[in-house]
Amino acid sequence: MLILISKRLGLMALTMVVVSMLVFLLLEVNIHGVATKVLGPYSTQDQREIWLKDNGYFDPLYQRYLRWLGHFVGGDLGQSVRFKAPVADILFPRLRNTAILGLGVFVVLIPVSLTLGILAGMREGSKLDRVISVSSIITTSVPEFASSVFLAAIFVFGLRWLPGTSTMTDGFTLKQLILPILVLVLYDFGYVARMTRASMAEVMTTHYIRTAVLKGLPYRQVILKHALRNALIAPFTVIMLQVSWLLSGVIVVESFFAYRGFGALILEASLNQDIFVIEACAMTAVFVAVSTQTLADIGYTYLNPRIRFR
Amino acid sequence: MAQATTLTVPAPTSGAALPRALRSLGLLRESWVGMVGAGLVLFWVAVALLAPLIAPFGPNATLVPFQKPGAAFAGNASVPPGTFWLGTDHLGRDILSRLIWGSRTVLTYAPLATLCAYTVGSIMGLAAGYLRGWVDDVLSRIADIILSFPVLVLYVIIIATFGASPINIIFAITFASGPGIMRIVRGLTLDLRSREYVAAAETRGDSPWRIMLVEILPNARGPVIVDACLRLGYVTITIGVLGFLGLGLPPPNPDWGGMINEARSMAMAFPHMTLFPCFAISSLILGFNLLADGLREISLRD
Repeated sequence: MLILISKRLGLMALTMVVVSMLVFLLLEVNIHGVATKVLGPYSTQDQREIWLKDNGYFDPLYQRYLRWLGHFVGGDLGQSVRFKAPVADILFPRLRNTAILGLGVFVVLIPVSLTLGILAGMREGSKLDRVISVSSIITTSVPEFASSVFLAAIFVFGLRWLPGTSTMTDGFTLKQLILPILVLVLYDFGYVARMTRASMAEVMTTHYIRTAVLKGLPYRQVILKHALRNALIAPFTVIMLQVSWLLSGVIVVESFFAYRGFGALILEASLNQDIFVIEACAMTAVFVAVSTQTLADIGYTYLNPRIRFR
Repeated sequence: MAQATTLTVPAPTSGAALPRALRSLGLLRESWVGMVGAGLVLFWVAVALLAPLIAPFGPNATLVPFQKPGAAFAGNASVPPGTFWLGTDHLGRDILSRLIWGSRTVLTYAPLATLCAYTVGSIMGLAAGYLRGWVDDVLSRIADIILSFPVLVLYVIIIATFGASPINIIFAITFASGPGIMRIVRGLTLDLRSREYVAAAETRGDSPWRIMLVEILPNARGPVIVDACLRLGYVTITIGVLGFLGLGLPPPNPDWGGMINEARSMAMAFPHMTLFPCFAISSLILGFNLLADGLREISLRD
């Protein structure tokens, strides 16, 4: 187990290093582009040259990369061009807001999708199964921006129950979180439910379930005591991996509802070519995604004794 | 990473390909979900093909701004009178006509991008699964790293760096979904490479690439077609999302995501400007997903 964990952590570190190279190459290999983005399109050639020289951009690429990585690891994320402030000061409050949103999503997503998946997988091919499967295809087919439009049309313009923006400018209110959470859950629950259903349906065909049914246990008890524990191993991984998906989803939802979170920040940064914010956001997003993947891997091995000592 | 997808490889078959393909389309009749999906997709394909005939106005013609759905148009010197069935946008362009022409945009770029992603992904997957060894190690590691990015973050970075243009969007989609396709094709190849007909081709002395492309790839088509159908849906979503975020195809040519983005600030007063493009894109994606579900159901049956 310890070997496995250290192996996974090593792999994670390796991935992060390669990703950092990728991000660096993508955004900083063209130094004149960097200077233009930092100083603006109306800066003169001389100004850019001076800036590049002052900031050591004429050093060899590998030196620049190592220095950049050193700053990053040390927590110095650079200055935002647009906000004229250190990137870290902007990034962390935004991350906190997105974490709140994400927590809300998972609190709703997990019980809903697991319940539906289990109900559908319990009796494969039943009417309930078909209804749940088809409706999960339908909800997954509506992209987040479209469901935002639909839900806003119903609850904001039609019924006037909920606010159309979630800026949280007058303090934090739960009411403003409802629509963003609903949109994200609506898009994603179908996928998790389908995965849970597949896992549940597979467990239901095993011999030990047949034995339990044949020896006369009540159906309820077969499901609760025998089937669920094994059927929930696979969905655990799937749910962990939804964190990575959520980082994509929040870009659309936060920009639609004007929620001041991480997703809105990365979009603003890329639309304004705010290069150091883009870098910091990209690295943060990949770090969060990779660490949840690592956690999912380790957790899966821990939960599933069959593959424990691979 | 544990993936709960099941891959089934159909038995190798001989005979003419076209009648077989027609017969499998006939099988689709047995799955009503697949039929509905095929119907939706065919509807939009027909709309795209017939756009010049059925669109009441030009997609970029600026007529009367802010018209509600069903408003009559009296006509002017160059445009004959008609009706704005779905209203007009803030620049006075007919929304129905833009939707109809916009179906051409999405039905051009989504299949094109999917095809590019499949070409790259299949070649990588075949090479990794058939050649094994260091090729497999290197390609799988690259795929893992690209897949560790949250998808949309990757798109946003690529488009922010290289700019929004059709070719860059296709490149970004190929880059982001190639690794996923590679994994599927690699898995199928690992299964198929031990079949007798591959051994026969090896004995014959066929070159590795010939074996991969002629012997293995055609026999992996079943699961690949289902996945391609699902992926078409994802790519359609992606093109829509990029348009919605303002990173999509440059205006003025109609693009559903872009239409929603342009009208977003006016959604309060004129909901029709955003609602109809949303219905259009959702129905097309639903079509692809239902079709994929129907195809999977049929492929599991035989």
